[in-house]
Amino acid sequence: MPLTSFKYSLLSISFLLLCWYALAELINNPLLPAPTIVFTTLIDSIKSGELPYHLSITFYRLCISFFLAMLIGSSIGIYLGRHSKANAIFDSWLIILLNIPALVTIVLCYVWFGLIEAAAILAVVLNKVPNVVVTLREGTRNMDKQLMEMAQAYQFGRLKTLQHVILPQLYPYFMASARTGLALIWKIILVVELLGCSSGMGFQIHLFFQLFDITSILAYTISFIIIIQIIESFILKPLDRHAQRWK
Amino acid sequence: MSYLKVDIKQKSYSNVGNKTNLISIKDLQFTQSNNEFICIIGPSGCGKTTLLNIIAGLDSQYDGSIEIQGQADTLPTSYVFQQPRLLPWRTVFENIELSLPDNADHSQHIYSLLETLGLGDFAHTYPNHLSLGMARRAALARAFANNSSVLLMDEPFVSLDQTTAKTARKLLLDIWNAQPRNILFVTHDLLEAIELADRVLFLSAAPCQIIADIAVNLPRDERSMEKILEFKASLASNKLLTGFI
Repeated sequence: MPLTSFKYSLLSISFLLLCWYALAELINNPLLPAPTIVFTTLIDSIKSGELPYHLSITFYRLCISFFLAMLIGSSIGIYLGRHSKANAIFDSWLIILLNIPALVTIVLCYVWFGLIEAAAILAVVLNKVPNVVVTLREGTRNMDKQLMEMAQAYQFGRLKTLQHVILPQLYPYFMASARTGLALIWKIILVVELLGCSSGMGFQIHLFFQLFDITSILAYTISFIIIIQIIESFILKPLDRHAQRWK
Repeated sequence: MSYLKVDIKQKSYSNVGNKTNLISIKDLQFTQSNNEFICIIGPSGCGKTTLLNIIAGLDSQYDGSIEIQGQADTLPTSYVFQQPRLLPWRTVFENIELSLPDNADHSQHIYSLLETLGLGDFAHTYPNHLSLGMARRAALARAFANNSSVLLMDEPFVSLDQTTAKTARKLLLDIWNAQPRNILFVTHDLLEAIELADRVLFLSAAPCQIIADIAVNLPRDERSMEKILEFKASLASNKLLTGFI
């Protein structure tokens, strides 16, 4: 089964590349370079060490802001899901935070805290936290009350209840917000870097934009598509399989 | 010696449906000791589950008191719910182990209990792969694995077919003989109650009270279907019980 699905995705990606190649040949314009040229550039910039340097910096920012956002967001989400009074008070805050444009948070963070690393990460975290809160709050509200009563009747205690009753029920919600979170954070982090960092993918892409270097932009894009695929198949999917083994 | 004393003055729910204040239980008192098996029978919705939840300490919004005395290191109550309420992401074995205190290795105890209940081969199965009857037995194993002063059972064999329910009742009596304790067993089936109980408490419709407290004085080894039906017929003369027979 995994082999056939692998075959399918390989086929569809080859088809996509083929379309791209055909289109590039047809248009024959430096604004749409053929995949062959893009891959050569990709390999060159990996060899020169430029791409690995900027990619690793962006990746490092991504990891920190991802874990911070998940930790803060899920704690708040679980708390709000369990305490309806607190939820009634903070619900409107949440809606405001959810709807502030990412650009506004980024600009404000830079203006208030300066063009520093912490401000960049804070901006990303602030953009992601409300999404995690909403998802985990929903998950907490949907928890099975009967199992909670069972845990209480058999005196599980706080830690056991959290580990064996609450977290397994929230697991699908964690995974959902991790997946959407990763996608959202990639997008925001590049804007953050574009506006106020002197390193990272966003900074590089800004540079290429000024030079009209489409080939490099595409090469960088492909490099992080590959990273995302690796995270999906080697971290998220195995985690899913492990957690769903009882189904 | 474990001992249960129930004295509920009033239990009410606010805002149920369009009634502003529904009185669910009023002036309900009884005691239980000497590893007695009590069945509770009452019309549906009369507050039987509410009563068990109060005794189990899951519901503290009531006037009155519950007193449970037992040995040290034992749970006051263990509870077999109407639905098995097993954690679907833990195996049968893990479900039972989790309900026990962390201070010792209980594997031997759990395996022998599962063996007795015919679940020996299913210790490491996830509950989703069990039939309802098996899941019920696993819940029973969890309740008996814990040393408790009172075992609460809320229609634990409902929606099982006749044969399976009969086997389950026999297993329950076997395991109770092996590990005697007070059992409070809610059912809507009078025949089941007569088959199992030392004493049957009949409850009224809400606000629920005890209408009659009847000792089943049939010797346990003579409770054939005939004798049970005979006993049921003998209750018919009791005017208080007209609604139940």
